[in-house]
Amino acid sequence: MNAASTTISSRLAEIAGPSNVVADPAQLGAYEICGKIPGAAARPGSSEEATEIVKFAAAEKLAIVPTGARTKLGMGLPPRQYDLALDMTRLDRVVAYDPGDLTLSVEPGTPLRRLEGVLAGHRQFLPLDVPFMNRATAGGTIASGVDSPLRQFYGTARDYVLGMEFVTGDGMAAKSGGRVVKNVAGYDLHKVMIGALGTLSVITKINFRTFPLPGAMRTFVAGFSSAERALDLRHRVARSPLRPLTAEILSPRAAELLSSAVAAQIEPGPMPPGALSKEQWAVMASFGGTGKVLERSELELRRMAEDAGAAGIIALGDDRVPFAFGRTREFVPIALESSAAATILKLGVLPTRMRQVLDAAAKAADAAELRWAALVRGLGVIYLALLPSEENQEALGRVVRAANDILAECAALGGNAAIPWCPAAWKSLLPVWGLDRGDFEQMRKLKKVFDPHGILAPGRFAGGI
Amino acid sequence: MNSRLLHDLKKLLGRDGVLHKPEDLMLYEYDGSVEVARPNCVLFPRTAEEVMGIVRLANRHLMPLVGRGAGTGLSGGAIARQGGIITSFARMNRILEIDAENQRARVQPGVVNSDLSVAVEHLGLHFAPDPSSQKACTIGGNVSENSGGPHTLAYGVTTNHVLALEVVLPTGELLHLGSGALDAPGYDLTGLFVGSEGTFGLITEITVKLTRLPEATKTLLAVYESVDDATETVVEITARGITPAACEMLDGWTIRAVEDYVHAGFPLDCAAILLIEVDGLREAAEYEGAEVAEVCRLHRAREVRVARDARERDLLWKGRKNAFGAVGRLSPTYYTQDGVIPRTKLPATLRRISEIGQKYGFAIGNIFHAGDGNLHPIILFDARDQQQFRNAVAASDEIIQFCIEVGGSITGEHGVGMEKDRLMPLLFSEADLNLMRSVRDVFNPAGLLNPAKIFPTPKGCGEIHVRPAPEPATASGPAPA
Repeated sequence: MNAASTTISSRLAEIAGPSNVVADPAQLGAYEICGKIPGAAARPGSSEEATEIVKFAAAEKLAIVPTGARTKLGMGLPPRQYDLALDMTRLDRVVAYDPGDLTLSVEPGTPLRRLEGVLAGHRQFLPLDVPFMNRATAGGTIASGVDSPLRQFYGTARDYVLGMEFVTGDGMAAKSGGRVVKNVAGYDLHKVMIGALGTLSVITKINFRTFPLPGAMRTFVAGFSSAERALDLRHRVARSPLRPLTAEILSPRAAELLSSAVAAQIEPGPMPPGALSKEQWAVMASFGGTGKVLERSELELRRMAEDAGAAGIIALGDDRVPFAFGRTREFVPIALESSAAATILKLGVLPTRMRQVLDAAAKAADAAELRWAALVRGLGVIYLALLPSEENQEALGRVVRAANDILAECAALGGNAAIPWCPAAWKSLLPVWGLDRGDFEQMRKLKKVFDPHGILAPGRFAGGI
Repeated sequence: MNSRLLHDLKKLLGRDGVLHKPEDLMLYEYDGSVEVARPNCVLFPRTAEEVMGIVRLANRHLMPLVGRGAGTGLSGGAIARQGGIITSFARMNRILEIDAENQRARVQPGVVNSDLSVAVEHLGLHFAPDPSSQKACTIGGNVSENSGGPHTLAYGVTTNHVLALEVVLPTGELLHLGSGALDAPGYDLTGLFVGSEGTFGLITEITVKLTRLPEATKTLLAVYESVDDATETVVEITARGITPAACEMLDGWTIRAVEDYVHAGFPLDCAAILLIEVDGLREAAEYEGAEVAEVCRLHRAREVRVARDARERDLLWKGRKNAFGAVGRLSPTYYTQDGVIPRTKLPATLRRISEIGQKYGFAIGNIFHAGDGNLHPIILFDARDQQQFRNAVAASDEIIQFCIEVGGSITGEHGVGMEKDRLMPLLFSEADLNLMRSVRDVFNPAGLLNPAKIFPTPKGCGEIHVRPAPEPATASGPAPA
């Protein structure tokens, strides 16, 4: 350890206490991002301590990456500089929960699993069924911007995060929004924190709107011989009066992955045997409500599935698997585990263009001789996993070719694309944040306002922000 | 105003695209709030290119620039506080594209809110945000103010329905934010722009989500002898896992004012009514309607009426949506607040509002979105009397102070504008406000666009404006959501 890092560690120890500073290189490996290991990690116990640490880092020009359970540090680009991991897991308190007001305030290190328990006591929940659910924290979930199958009905975090407190890159504690379900006072600064990967601020508190749990839930799976037919059912449901909580489409290989031994390693485990066929495209839709609502939903769905040419439809409604979509939620972790060099594209497209994008993706992946799997959120978001069996130059070349083709095709069809996950060594050769955007200059200026010294997760975001 | 600028503006927009005579400008001194300020001119562009041309000229002549939709706003957002140019979007009122399959629409900012819903009704769709002024207010204005409405509890406010924007920045550049397709990579600038109250840019095109109309709707009217019983009903409905599409409350005083004018069939001798709507699948609406009725009765509702058909439903809603117009008949002037409270604090808040009314000697009516705790107390006064005006503002400030004390906000859907700017420090620290100012400067660096809004500015007492009283016989006041 050199003199400089000793000084840094001792200053961090003054702020957070010696037991909350990690300086041992062996332990620091846990904070690795894309092969980079920080010089130190600190675990503040309060937002005041977090603020002090950011102030210190700003003065010393130390680059900080805020971390939670560290399940999604692989997203985005590698940080240009990484001196200090700001481990927020000690800030794990539920600051306030008012079930009657449908509001919840939590510190960022609070595990989502614990919140689930707190809310369930009042028959409420947060519609954040996100990947890595078993470990994910509220802060990491919001900062990474991952979505949930439940967005079909409940929207994404931007629709139910009511306000935030955060520390900007010059060590200033600030806030926006509030703790009521309706509020237009001041600018919605918290919206830009969602998915910013910690490049604008260190989040110290998040205010959520909570939702009542549906009385009962049931999931249905319909098998189809083609993507076209599966999408046809999606379109029929969208035109119908049904209000599914989730509506997803799985490619045959996605179905296979979710039923595989790899899925068995990841909570909540694989799909029940026989639920999915690895020869078929599947539509998986969940409904909530009373018995009568579920009966009617099932009746209508079966009729529409039949009209769309379903090979079969089954209900996963029994009590043992009430949250069948909990399995599609883990599609990304399962895909990452199932290949040495899984590269996952996220494509946002208009629902009517999903078929063309899926066709183009399949064509490009097949041409590059890559195994692929697709999980489609019915609203128009495609997770496409390219699954080379090895991580080497040759596989990289094929992945780059396929990814570039798919991104170009997606853009031509008016869609958005990014590559949130791929091997760290490949990031510099893949368009991780997608193609150039016209509003990038405004984003760069915004970054300058929130982080004037450029110390917050520098380089991880779009355009090297 | 500067004759060179006037000449250039007329060249850009044509003679009929520019108003500058005092008698023409008078109409644009107001919006739906109690504030007044006269612009130097009002412009009517037809295209984004013309808007860019206006911005270039405003920059050259250092003229403040304010966007304006229908002028129904309730916080002075569309008033040229420091004079200058008002850019009216009245002529940019075309629906550019309806994409029913993808449930999207692309519109110009001057499209009237309810016109879009009417245009897509035959497709089984609607534009969900429905401020009470929806027959007049524009979608551009809704986006700028992040407007709400009675149906926001289940359907969300404007920001939840905006996917993409085309904007002209005060620096003159045209910018596209977001996209019709979901999840554009990068910071959510669209989300930041919505509700920025016209201080970031002039919106020239909006892509919105369209929502499927529910298969069935149940509208219930519950009549109470006590306000507390009504508020407890609201809390218990959620405790039962039901999120009503709408949940509105009117107090007895307001009911009598409304009934006299609208004849919606509201009982005249009660303390409060709840207007509750549930919707969705037939089976869901049936079940939730029955549950809600049961909860109302459990909390001592004297009567629970269920609208039997669309006509009865429309009549009940007419009573609600025209309430402010009805109240406007009773007094030369009224002042509406927009505070938000955690809704479990409703009983205490209503008691406090009544005390404040007594203290200042005002009648204060209460109409509010009970489901989300968004209050609209209406203070009746005579603005011709300076002392009454000051007292009305003081009473209103006390109400807002209380909202903040119980954990609420100063505005739920009307915006801060020039009406509540001085209240912002009650919610936000100097650091918060400075950060927000810096964010504004990213888009609006010279402060040319909608100056002196949102943020507190030092001002002397002499600056309080008094709106000339409307004729009581014709007053049909602005309609808050």
